[in-house]
Amino acid sequence: MTTTRPGPTGTAAVPASGPGPLVALGHTWLLTARALRAIWRMPMYMVMNLVQPMFWLLLFGALFRSVVEIPGFGTGGTYLEFITPGIVMMTAMFGAAWAGTTFVQDMERGVMDRFLTSPTSRGALMVASMLCQAVIALGQTVVVLGVAWLCGARFDGGLSGVALLAVGVVLLTAVFSALSNAFALITAQQEALIGLSQLITLPLMFISSAIMDPRLSPAWVATVARFNPFDWAVRLGRAALDGSAPASEIWGPLALLATATVLMAWVATRAFRARERSA
Amino acid sequence: MPAPPTIEAHDLVKTYAARGRPPVRALDGVTFAAAPGAVLGLLGPNGAGKSTTLKILTTLARPDSGSATVAGADVARRPEEVRRRIGYVAQRPVTDPMDTGRENLVLAARLHGLRPATARSRATELLERFDLTEAADRQVRTYSGGMARKLDVAVGLVHTPEVLFLDEPTTGLDPQARTEMWAEIERMTHTDNVTVLLTTHYLEEADRLASQIAIVDRGRVVAAGTPSGLKDSLHGDGLVVETADDDAVGTAAAVTSRVPGLREITTEGRAVRARTAAPAAVVLPELLSALEAAGVRVATATLARPSLDDVYLSLTGHTFDPDTARATQEATA
Repeated sequence: MTTTRPGPTGTAAVPASGPGPLVALGHTWLLTARALRAIWRMPMYMVMNLVQPMFWLLLFGALFRSVVEIPGFGTGGTYLEFITPGIVMMTAMFGAAWAGTTFVQDMERGVMDRFLTSPTSRGALMVASMLCQAVIALGQTVVVLGVAWLCGARFDGGLSGVALLAVGVVLLTAVFSALSNAFALITAQQEALIGLSQLITLPLMFISSAIMDPRLSPAWVATVARFNPFDWAVRLGRAALDGSAPASEIWGPLALLATATVLMAWVATRAFRARERSA
Repeated sequence: MPAPPTIEAHDLVKTYAARGRPPVRALDGVTFAAAPGAVLGLLGPNGAGKSTTLKILTTLARPDSGSATVAGADVARRPEEVRRRIGYVAQRPVTDPMDTGRENLVLAARLHGLRPATARSRATELLERFDLTEAADRQVRTYSGGMARKLDVAVGLVHTPEVLFLDEPTTGLDPQARTEMWAEIERMTHTDNVTVLLTTHYLEEADRLASQIAIVDRGRVVAAGTPSGLKDSLHGDGLVVETADDDAVGTAAAVTSRVPGLREITTEGRAVRARTAAPAAVVLPELLSALEAAGVRVATATLARPSLDDVYLSLTGHTFDPDTARATQEATA
């Protein structure tokens, strides 16, 4: 009774492993397209996503304009130039922290269960969500850079600097959307994502060099910031836009972010198993 | 030699931990089997363990103990293989409301490995079959409940699965949509040669659609068989006498209990119900004359072959819980 029976006659043997890498890649494309379609069909959501970072930039830029006059601050540029990479990364992180919302909605309906009872690649579900967030974050980055430029900020890093900043944006988005998705899978509750955004990403934003030169912050902030993925991204972005920073200022944070991305994506994909246990 | 069952569950046990309370034993040794091409109805009230059983069979959840095979593959050891061969329509909608009906179908087909052109033609075919062609390119969030549910089933069928799991396919549908869905499920089982496992708490639905029934109660299968076989197992017809006066029911029940050949006497409103243990043609006249002698005026007297309702009541010792009764009322209102 309990032994495994052979498949019905005429049925080809199917490997017991998960979908292969090519299949997973195909699934990633299909699921990313689905996520982007949904965003595209909510024009208000898109507008809000693009307007919000602009507000951050102008608000912070105006509010703290005079901090550059504090002796020992920054590299001699304007405060707007100082915070532009910070605002780019802040927007990316805050947006990514809500990535799990889609998973929660899919779980509230039977959509997630349908995916999980089909050969859909779990990794593809995770990566598609990360990619969709990355696309949104890149759009926001363009807005922030554009507004900063219109307001007179100039960056010596040029296009290659912007490209490096964009890589940082994609990696930072990946880390936090994976974290958000893992929260969503484990708790199946939107409230958990509120907690993530209030209790984790907000403090991470302040314990960094995003809006304040760390040399002027208490020493412990600088110490903690060394372990803060958000600060890695900010430092990478600032060095990239600056253009004259030593290579280690770029590759160090880049390597850290890339490692964090791979690690978080793997952990988050494992979270599908947690769902299986609690289902 | 008969073909091996397409679905086989053996002694499935599943316990859910509940904070601050003793753990809930959702499944307490569920065992049943479904032959190839059968429509197996898992029948039971809310909380009986139907959905948990489905979650295990569709690889969504793991049992604490016990085993199950679906389409020849062990659900715990070869879940990937099971997933290729099944379609699963959960209790909740399985479609993306932001996508159109067609996009939902094409995406599901592509995730199951169909090529783009094949996926598109399969989607068109199913949209036609489920009478959704006009709504095909509208977002699902604009669909009515009945349309959305039909799309759910179409999505479950898009890759021509060997086994289709339908978790309460008609709950929440209005009577017309429900009848349409029944016709669709019947057509599907005749033309597609797919084995169907459907859960329901509508006796009528199980009676109409299922070729085999397993009655689930408190995490166990308490009876299994064909609908007619289950009814035959009850022995005896149901007899209902309705009194003309509201206050005569007590007397009527007392009189009924003294008539030989009648058992399982219950009352409800002005009705006295009993089951015949002797030929009804003999018992009924006896009962009527006994009632007349006692001065009880009879409004109606009916005899009925046992229904699944009767089977259910006699097996579980209780009728549906209030939740189920309410859902039934809503659906039939």
